[in-house]
Amino acid sequence: MADVLGRWRLERLPSPSRLGAVLVPAASILLALVAGGLIVALAGQNPLAVYGAMLAGALGSRNGLAETLVKTTPLLLTGLGVAVAFRMRLWNIGGEGQFYLGAIVATWIALFGLPDAGGWALVPAMIAAGLLGGALWGLIPGALRAYLGANETIVTLMLNYVAILLADWLVHGPWKDPQAFGFPGTPRFSSAAALPALAPTRVHLGLLFGVTAAAVLWVLFRRTRWGYEIGVMGESDRAARYAGMPTRRTILLVMALSGALCGLAGMSEVAGIGQQLQRNLSPGYGYTAIIVAWVGRLHPGGIVVVAFVLAALLVGGDQIQMSMGLPAAIAPMLQGIVLFFLLGGELLTRYRLVRHPAPSDAAATGAGT
Amino acid sequence: MRSVSKHFGPTVANDAVDFAASWGEVHALIGENGAGKSTLMSILAGLYRPDAGTLGVAGEPVRFRSPRDAIRHGVGMVYQHFMLVEPFTVAENVLLGARDRGVVLDTRSVEADLSRLGERYGLAVDPRAPVWHLGVGERQRVEVLRLLLLGARILVFDEPTAVLTPQEARSLIATLRALAAEGFCVVFISHKLDEVLAVADRITVMRRGRVAATTTPAETDRRALARMMVGRELAAFVEHPAEEPHETVPAGNVALRVRGLRARGDNGLEALAGVDLEVRAGETLGIAGVAGNGQRELAETIVGLRPTAGGSVHIGGRDLTDKGCSAVARTGVAHIPEDRLATGLVGSLDVSENAILRDYRRPPLARGPFLVGRAVAAFTDRLIHGHDVKTPSRWAKVRTLSGGNQQKLLLARELAGDPAVIVAVHPTRGVDIGATEAIHGSLRAQRCRGAATLLIGEDLDELLALCDRIAVLYEGRVVGELPARGADLERLGLLMAGIQEATASGATAADRPPVVLRG
Amino acid sequence: MEQVFTVGFLVAVLAAAIAAGSAILFACLGELLAERSGVLNLGVEGMMLIGALAGVAATLGTGNPWLGAGAAILAGAGMASIHALLAVGLKANQVVSGLALTLFGGGLSAFLGQRYVGLPLPASFGREPVPLLADLPLFGPILFRQDPLVYLSYALVPALWFFVYKTRAGLRLRALGERPEAADAMGIDVDRLRASYVVVGGALAGLGGAAISLGTNPGWTEGMTAGRGWIAVALVIFAGWNPARAALGAWLFGGVEAGQFRLQGAGVDISPFFLGMLPYLFTIVVLVLATRPGARHRLGAPAALGLPYQREERG
Repeated sequence: MADVLGRWRLERLPSPSRLGAVLVPAASILLALVAGGLIVALAGQNPLAVYGAMLAGALGSRNGLAETLVKTTPLLLTGLGVAVAFRMRLWNIGGEGQFYLGAIVATWIALFGLPDAGGWALVPAMIAAGLLGGALWGLIPGALRAYLGANETIVTLMLNYVAILLADWLVHGPWKDPQAFGFPGTPRFSSAAALPALAPTRVHLGLLFGVTAAAVLWVLFRRTRWGYEIGVMGESDRAARYAGMPTRRTILLVMALSGALCGLAGMSEVAGIGQQLQRNLSPGYGYTAIIVAWVGRLHPGGIVVVAFVLAALLVGGDQIQMSMGLPAAIAPMLQGIVLFFLLGGELLTRYRLVRHPAPSDAAATGAGT
Repeated sequence: MRSVSKHFGPTVANDAVDFAASWGEVHALIGENGAGKSTLMSILAGLYRPDAGTLGVAGEPVRFRSPRDAIRHGVGMVYQHFMLVEPFTVAENVLLGARDRGVVLDTRSVEADLSRLGERYGLAVDPRAPVWHLGVGERQRVEVLRLLLLGARILVFDEPTAVLTPQEARSLIATLRALAAEGFCVVFISHKLDEVLAVADRITVMRRGRVAATTTPAETDRRALARMMVGRELAAFVEHPAEEPHETVPAGNVALRVRGLRARGDNGLEALAGVDLEVRAGETLGIAGVAGNGQRELAETIVGLRPTAGGSVHIGGRDLTDKGCSAVARTGVAHIPEDRLATGLVGSLDVSENAILRDYRRPPLARGPFLVGRAVAAFTDRLIHGHDVKTPSRWAKVRTLSGGNQQKLLLARELAGDPAVIVAVHPTRGVDIGATEAIHGSLRAQRCRGAATLLIGEDLDELLALCDRIAVLYEGRVVGELPARGADLERLGLLMAGIQEATASGATAADRPPVVLRG
Repeated sequence: MEQVFTVGFLVAVLAAAIAAGSAILFACLGELLAERSGVLNLGVEGMMLIGALAGVAATLGTGNPWLGAGAAILAGAGMASIHALLAVGLKANQVVSGLALTLFGGGLSAFLGQRYVGLPLPASFGREPVPLLADLPLFGPILFRQDPLVYLSYALVPALWFFVYKTRAGLRLRALGERPEAADAMGIDVDRLRASYVVVGGALAGLGGAAISLGTNPGWTEGMTAGRGWIAVALVIFAGWNPARAALGAWLFGGVEAGQFRLQGAGVDISPFFLGMLPYLFTIVVLVLATRPGARHRLGAPAALGLPYQREERG
């Protein structure tokens, strides 16, 4: 890249500048939208119309806003989940699988475990089941990492596919609703299994789980010994061992908590929205969660904000699919671009460009940026 | 080099430096840590680009944009941390930088060249050996041979003798003289005044990024050089390092006892092959040895960072073998690790987060599962003020502090609980002279208080000044031990090379062939 | 059940394994080059998808699958250059940058590919038996009745092996991933070379995508690589960063994929969902075996993998 940068050199700043920490991400997102608009324009669509439709669809109406809050719920919970692991530099990209496992175990409780229980027993049992299912799916890579040193990035990722195939098998096979003809899905849960709605909309109790989890994690990260340990272990494994911190146990606990939050997201999705397990339950929430966590700087408050914004993006994508016939995949595409620009922009908060005196032999060419 | 300047962020490493060395001379560049020697030479070698100033080689103005340019103009550097790829063989490492050697790897022709040059300059080394098999001295020879093969005429050495035994250092110095005699220009960075006075034709002294003086050995002496380096008179330490007076402290009970200790290194090979040690309260035991002979593993095993493969560690009479780091720390063991920013401190966390690293579990810092913010702040302030740690605030990232202040913070934290045993590894490495004096003062005070100290060092002068006894570690064993007072440097050197008296004349040195100078 | 495992059946499975494995193999070899130079790129899946789509689009436009493969190579390289710019040039977090690339590639290919879904290709890579060799017993039908991209992969494996271990450029490549500061001191432009290998790696991933969309499953469907890019990433570890072992691993995975359909076809009653899990579970097992305590050194992981190189950063 020496040629790209020419005579400009990167110089590390001793500490990131305050102003840059706000301005740079904002400018990055703006530029990302411009770049995304260019692609949309090249595909023969009017980017302003597309963005306008997305914005109006996501935030412009009571229903749109409700839908955005509905989508915020899984993104918030999975985003918080993976952030717990990321704080410790455990690259859990298995939020998707943990989400599915939470949904699967909660579904089992609703359909087979306690099918006739009342809501006061059933909903807490399903919550526990969701937490447990996700925790289990997080513990597998956690244990492999803690005891055998297996790279958790690859294991969590592989387990995503396994979990999705497991759900596919269940809804096509043993748990298939016999009355649903061709459509793969389980039967509907009893009404006692449904998470109560927060308003006369589709927004359900799951949103409250997310906000509560964010508050609890804020206290955990900032005010507790355990949060401090996670921070130290994330920054330096050697320093953690030097301080006598129980690395293995913490890996297990962190992966379990990380998975549990993602599992809770899966549970609240089946219990709050469709009241059934179906194919393609998640449009990749577990992957989007990585962005939510990263862009939110692994900070619970930041994650709340980013989850809402990305949910709006997803709802906007769905809206233009319905209204303009464009694929909803425009949302992950934009997410990718935003991430590129944030990654590139982050550099400007950590480094600054320093111009070097022009070498006499290169001065004639006037190498610039 | 004319009025060369270089900044790293807000720090000025070189400020309008003029430097000149001639063909056929050995030119020493000396100065304190952080005086800008290495930066200046890295600019000469093309690794860094100067912010201002000009370079000339053989009268021609040059401008190096990379080490490649520098090598093309005949400038090569032997870095303190060797720039060798460990899994590669010697010949492959040489080929890495070579030009015009074809597309396909052809090690044979290089092997012949290596043997020829090695013979000529007393730099024998097996061209087919993988580098990770080689000792430090041999790796250094590979570096020199490689530069010669690449056609370097100006050779820069960054503290070349710091990692060598006195014997190896002597043979290297002979090689430097031989190279200069053949017309090469040899520049070497050092902070060992005796060595500089013995070898150099000319000496340039740097202080705080500027050239303080250029002189010759005939015109100067230790005292004058030291004064130029620091800009003030120093304690007797520099002048007569070995004769530093010890206050005598009556030795107490055995505080640390190590028996038959074995452990593996990071590469899985045996690093400690049965070490026996005893340190009494109020006593300081020094561990000398060439880097990589098990020092690091010894410290890590004692403090519980590394599992043992046999033997035992008793602290204050309790068996703490493999009981883990926190159990050892609770027993009152302080640890000043070798790599402070990788192990002892976390650079990306702030001062107070680093200050509580040892005690965060205990009241008053913790109440139940929660941390008490006010207590953390008070504790941090106490450490900062007690050890004169210079930091903008409790919230400053530790990475932004100077090396000396980082080390003072680390020391403050480790000594806060008045430990019974201190395990210190290279406590003053990369630290300026002011902080070094402060750290030495703290360690002496701890000894007087009755702490048992195990001091692992690479600087013999420092060990002689601080210790009661010195044990020499070689290939994972203690090969000898002698009282620090009046210690025989020659004997220490032989021990560090693995040569014990009984075999000093024998064949144990066979794997390090004697150096023969020709031409 | 015995009649299932005839020689003919095994030959068919092995031939299908090699065909199915070639896409993973191209992507794996590409990732291997990038990782050997010290750069982890988790964007393989995204690069393959874009490659697959570009291959389909160019073939539909020109009617020539070779031009399609060329377009796939360029598209993959273009995607990888984003990663090169961010992760090498700007020293951004390699994991996040790679993930972003996969997200972007998945989204962009679905967005741009909408109009190509279900379109039949005017031409694709069909089986072209090699004269003489195809008639060898056993080996002929397994190895030499394949499509041309598979033959290309046969050539690529020994070529890359020779390149990595026996050429001076390969020596430099290994030095980049092992000890970039040593390479730098020897006058090698670390960032420029690393960026080049990332781009070449992307080109191979793009070709891997085309091996699917123009070879084994002609045509475009959304998300058609189905996680093969991730398998390629895992396989690099399995292969110990050695091109020859990468081939072995890729064909093994191809075998699981191919065997799954054949067994169903042969009436063996295992749920396809469970068979589908096998490659992923197998990757985990391989990974665990490969990272057994003590195995790491022998594995030959590049020591500087995943670490950006910044010369002037020092304490």
